[in-house]
Amino acid sequence: MKAVDLKDGEKAKITDVSSGKFQIKLIEMGCFKGSEITRLYNSPLGDPIAFDIGGYILGLRHDEASLIQVQTQD
Amino acid sequence: MSRTKHIALVGNPNSGKSTLFNILTGLNQKISNLPGTTIDKKTGKFLINDLQITITDLPGTYSIYPKGEDENIAVKHLLDNLNETVDLVIYVADASNLQRNLLLFTQIADLNKPTVLALNMMDVAEDKGIYIDLEKLSLELGVLIIPLNSREKKGIEQLKNVIYKTETSYQKNYSDLLTHQTVPYHQLVIDRINNIANFSEDSFNEITQETEQRHQIIQEIVNQCQQNNVQKIKNKTKQIDKILLHPVYGFLVFFLTLFVIFQFIFKFAEYPMSWIEYFFSFLAEGVNHLIPAGTINSLITEGVIPGISGVVVFLPQIVFLFMFLSILEESGYMTRVSFINDRLMRQFGLNGKSIVPLIGGMACAIPSIMAARNIENKKDRLITILVTPLMGCSARLPVYTLLVSLLIKNNKQFIDIRGLILLGLYLAGFIAVLLFSLLFKYILQQKEKSFFILEMPDYRLPSLRNVAITIKNKTYDFVFNAGKIILMVSIVLWFLASYGPSDKFESIELKYSNYQYEDKESLMKSEKLEASYAGIMGKAIEPAIRPLGYDWKIGIALITSFAAREIFVGTIATIYSIKDVDDEKSISDVLAQQYRADKITPVYNLATIVSLLLFYAFAMQCMSTLAITYRETRSIKWPIVQFVYMTGFAYLMSFFAYQILS
Repeated sequence: MKAVDLKDGEKAKITDVSSGKFQIKLIEMGCFKGSEITRLYNSPLGDPIAFDIGGYILGLRHDEASLIQVQTQD
Repeated sequence: MSRTKHIALVGNPNSGKSTLFNILTGLNQKISNLPGTTIDKKTGKFLINDLQITITDLPGTYSIYPKGEDENIAVKHLLDNLNETVDLVIYVADASNLQRNLLLFTQIADLNKPTVLALNMMDVAEDKGIYIDLEKLSLELGVLIIPLNSREKKGIEQLKNVIYKTETSYQKNYSDLLTHQTVPYHQLVIDRINNIANFSEDSFNEITQETEQRHQIIQEIVNQCQQNNVQKIKNKTKQIDKILLHPVYGFLVFFLTLFVIFQFIFKFAEYPMSWIEYFFSFLAEGVNHLIPAGTINSLITEGVIPGISGVVVFLPQIVFLFMFLSILEESGYMTRVSFINDRLMRQFGLNGKSIVPLIGGMACAIPSIMAARNIENKKDRLITILVTPLMGCSARLPVYTLLVSLLIKNNKQFIDIRGLILLGLYLAGFIAVLLFSLLFKYILQQKEKSFFILEMPDYRLPSLRNVAITIKNKTYDFVFNAGKIILMVSIVLWFLASYGPSDKFESIELKYSNYQYEDKESLMKSEKLEASYAGIMGKAIEPAIRPLGYDWKIGIALITSFAAREIFVGTIATIYSIKDVDDEKSISDVLAQQYRADKITPVYNLATIVSLLLFYAFAMQCMSTLAITYRETRSIKWPIVQFVYMTGFAYLMSFFAYQILS
């Protein structure tokens, strides 16, 4: 599943970041394979979304959050 | 002879780098533009005992690899600097977020310069339940670590000691741990930057791989040296976000914030602004008495002093606007402004942060265009700069008031129609902002796709020192850079309005030499203005502005308005030789009695007034704004675009209004 599909407060592990323009930028910001990501809350208008990445808050639009593949820990 | 030493500060955004810079240098700092960019380079000086330290600071980045042309230049500048002048790198990292902060650190360490790691915000880390084994971390990273809490100045003395001695322990080279790196890292980075510029796929893949590998290495180290006490985590930021990002309260707080900013720059700034104007008119009067009448007297009292006054008068608005901007930035709220407005503003090709310059534009476009600097995305920032002058600024208000009072003499209605017309004009400006943003969004197709990948830092109390230093730097920048251009423009316009072909001027003086009545001065002034270069220009443009319903007298006022729109009122008063310039009613009465060649149609009829109102709402008539746009975009192209699109649009709107109404 993609990070954009997580529910508020749901935690997951990043399995892949799609290649392309924003791949490097996302990895630099801490979204690398194996790191933890938690969806926090939306902007009042639904987009962008705030995520917790290893302890800090990162805001991403739906477009960018769709590039991050995640796996929830069941 | 004192010794000197060069230091470079490097680190992520929000790591507290600027706070540290401000503490070390105090007011002894300068901001300049990196040549060819709008990136601020800060340079400061301070003493440690007998040692003279020069310290440089570029904006924080998350990685050594640039993301745009401007960053490209910044990285190359940093690499050159490290190679040639820098003796010691102080890498500032946020202790509460080691993983992300250490990425750039390992890249910098591989450049083989003496480096120390200033681990900032130790207090924040502790609040978040993060415990770091500093000794172990130092050993694993192979670097000397100095724990800091720059807000409370903790650790600063220790840092100064290290700078003084430049004692750095052994340094680890991470590039050995990464795959296929045969050339020195310094060279590799430069090669890759050049390859990125050529959009090389290989280069992208290599950088991705390198970044992932570094993160893996860092993760192992952090896992060994950091313990998280989950029980202790009280995340205040997330709780505050629940309110500030709430669909109802969030917007409420946001609009309240805008309202307060608006009140300050529109209402409260008026008092110091009127004191400044009063002071300079008092000064001009004094000089007028001291220096005998003539060219020099006129140059100083009508050219230079009003010119300087025209620069200084903006200071209250600039101080207020940048005070709020830096408070918003420092507190962490600015990124939330972006966050909540992104969805709405990006439809129009703008940015969530564009809101602040646009609101500022209702006071004055000059500081607002300067304020657009904290929009990171280049295209968003450019569009914001281009459209901000369409917002109804305070210099338009005197023009609006005069013209509207001509339109509606006595208002007996329950609701003041004059107020409604004013509101409509402001609204028209805002609608034009949205329309043109949308237009530019499609015209300025750039390779760069718009994105939103934004760190939202923890909320913090703004540091007074940082706010004060920002205000000081911005004010200095305005006065000594933009101010020069504004002063020059005012002097040129003064020259145009007070000089003309000398034979005409002489004959006017001759004509009035025996005239003894009270209105001599104002009549002579009026005729001189007509004979001046500005008057000649006004007459020359008459054919072009006749379809809008204007005559050459209005033409002169349009030309002198270039110094500032409100000068329209003063020029009109001079042309019709109205003595009491400050009495708006007397101006409006005189204007109402002006008739065209047919002696029946008033000059200021409904069609002409509406046409003029629309022209002043949309036309680019402010040289100072054009000067600022030039400075902020570093290209003559954009002020020209701004002038052409705004004035062209104004012309069209006024043309249609006049043709339909007359």
